[in-house]
Amino acid sequence: MLLIEDLQVKLGEREVLRHIDLQINPGETHILFGPNGSGKTSLLMTIMGYPQYRVTAGRIIFKGVDITNLPINERARLGIGMSYQRPPTVNGLKTRQMVQICAGGRDVDVTGMAARMNFTDFLERDINAGFSGGEIKRSELVQLMAQQPDLLLFDEPESGVDLENIALIGHTISRLLQRDFHTDPNKSQLQRKKERTRMGLIITHTGFILDYVTADKGQVLFNGVLSCSNNPTDIFNCIKVMGYEECVKCAI
Amino acid sequence: MRNLTDKAREAKDKKAAIGPDVDLATFTAEPVRHDYVKDLKTLPVLDRDRLIQAGIDTSEDGRAGTYIQMDTAVVHAHAKQEGLEVIPIKEALKKHEWAREHYWKLVSVDADKYTAAAELNLHDGYVIRALPGTKAVWPVQACLYLDKDNISQYVHNLVIAEEGSELHVISGCATSPRLKRGLHVGISEFYVKKNAKLSFTMIHHWAEEVMVRPRSVGIVEEGGLFLNNYICMKPVRSLQMYPTTHLVGRGAVARFYSILVGTPGSEMDVGGRIVLAAEETKAEIIARAITNGGKIINRGDLVGEMAGVKAHLECKGMILNGGIIHAIPELQGKADGVEMSHEAAVGKIAQEEILYLMSRGLSEDEAISTIVRGFLSVDIPGLPTELQQEIDRAVDMTSKEVM
Ligand SMILES: Nc1ncnc2c1ncn2[C@@H]1O[C@H](COP(=O)(O)OP(=O)(O)O)[C@@H](O)[C@H]1O
Ligand SMILES: [Mg+2]
Repeated sequence: MLLIEDLQVKLGEREVLRHIDLQINPGETHILFGPNGSGKTSLLMTIMGYPQYRVTAGRIIFKGVDITNLPINERARLGIGMSYQRPPTVNGLKTRQMVQICAGGRDVDVTGMAARMNFTDFLERDINAGFSGGEIKRSELVQLMAQQPDLLLFDEPESGVDLENIALIGHTISRLLQRDFHTDPNKSQLQRKKERTRMGLIITHTGFILDYVTADKGQVLFNGVLSCSNNPTDIFNCIKVMGYEECVKCAI
Repeated sequence: MRNLTDKAREAKDKKAAIGPDVDLATFTAEPVRHDYVKDLKTLPVLDRDRLIQAGIDTSEDGRAGTYIQMDTAVVHAHAKQEGLEVIPIKEALKKHEWAREHYWKLVSVDADKYTAAAELNLHDGYVIRALPGTKAVWPVQACLYLDKDNISQYVHNLVIAEEGSELHVISGCATSPRLKRGLHVGISEFYVKKNAKLSFTMIHHWAEEVMVRPRSVGIVEEGGLFLNNYICMKPVRSLQMYPTTHLVGRGAVARFYSILVGTPGSEMDVGGRIVLAAEETKAEIIARAITNGGKIINRGDLVGEMAGVKAHLECKGMILNGGIIHAIPELQGKADGVEMSHEAAVGKIAQEEILYLMSRGLSEDEAISTIVRGFLSVDIPGLPTELQQEIDRAVDMTSKEVM
């Protein structure tokens, strides 16, 4: 479980998150909506542990451990992983090596995983060097496939992705979150749902991802405040019709 | 030969144009006895380990020949492949007219006090030659080893790839654990004849109080290719060199790659100059420098003398933990229609990259060494796998150690 209590965060002198409360139970996926600059990326980066996001009050508990002051790599080891919107290039580090790093010491089929994401040709290239927006997203997903985190944070996973790849991205996220539908002769869909443990927090701008990934809750972040918590499709429809500002007034 | 001696005597106090002056008299140039070793496997283990770090494989698997010199004495020299020659230079000068014809023809004996002293005190060195049309299957390995404390070692090397041949050389320099202080002066002359290919990879492995003054010049004839790789990632008191290559035949190509790591107390002044003096010649100089507290001056100079030549210089520096990197890239275009460019950057390791890797589970130290490894790794087209592996191994070791 991820539990965030009364979290306040500063980036430089600027307060980017105020009084955030959030609970994601095992097996749950939440969708995070919010206009540009509302603090969505800041929230994900704070959960991941980026030190420039200074927690000035409140705390973050993951799997019962207070991780508020834990370094980023220890959070990764506890099972938190993130798909970035604009990750940096690391010159000379091949994508293949990066995927192996994600796997820790585990033996993984890097080529096979890349093939599933139409990404084989990129394995021998320096990670993120000259990747287009869509290529970055696929690269990030291959990395998460190797990392297998229990809490997955996705920062606008569909932005910059062409129509051809959007379904691929959507289905992959769904599978990473144990939300894909496939028939298993030994288990009913209900049984699979009950056994689901992975947690997800997905930022979306376009809502396209909702066509592929089922979610339990939607959240709206507005001016650094989490204002609304509801069915994600309802929220998305409300935003489409009324805009963010009106929509957050519906706060229950 | 008399003439050379006279010229050398006249230049024996002539200071070098760049680099701190070394007082040669504070080192001993007296010959040191070391027995010739017939079987490399009988070398003392301690020395063997040092050789391995400098890229010398004492099993000789995957090598076409070996030259090893300890201090002033040749302890091993032989070629395994037909058409290749590995001969101590003193012996070659005595026996072979062709060796004399290539001796001091590219480097001037009176260039400075170091070239002069190398002639006056010559302690041997290697002649490695591929006969016309010979294609070396494996690289030839050579090592110049400093063992006796406070020694000065003066060597002169000739590397000759005759017409249509292909030759690969890995030349390592190393010091024994008992040596604290020393001086190495090495003259190298590289001849890449018509349509020949030469790759020369030098791995230096010095000690904290060692002074190093290599002096080398190469010449590449029509259709020839010269790959020159230089790696120095271990402490050295003072290293100064500015190897130069002349592309004199149509379509000749030279590529210089260097990887430098400056540790605290080290001072490196390493350059590379390529003169494009014939039509359709191409040159590339790529340098990577990291300092951990040492001082690195990285020079590069491309001289385009003919229309249509192509040349590129790239010098990237990273300051990890204090220290200085001074990049001095130069381009001289001396004809219409030369195509020359350079790119230089000095920076620090990006925090964003460290955090990205940490979010994939690496510790901060692991993340830094991964980034350093990536920064230093260069793909060198045309280099035999064994040599690329030696370079990768050296880079791996260093990127772990920088932490
Ligand atoms: N590097 C930065 N320096 C200063 N302010 C920043 C920086 N990055 C983002 N911000 C500001 O922080 C606020 C929250 O940004 P962010 O979390 O990226 O929003 P979102 O992801 O919702 O678009 C915005 O007002 C943005 O302008
Ligand atoms: Mg954002």
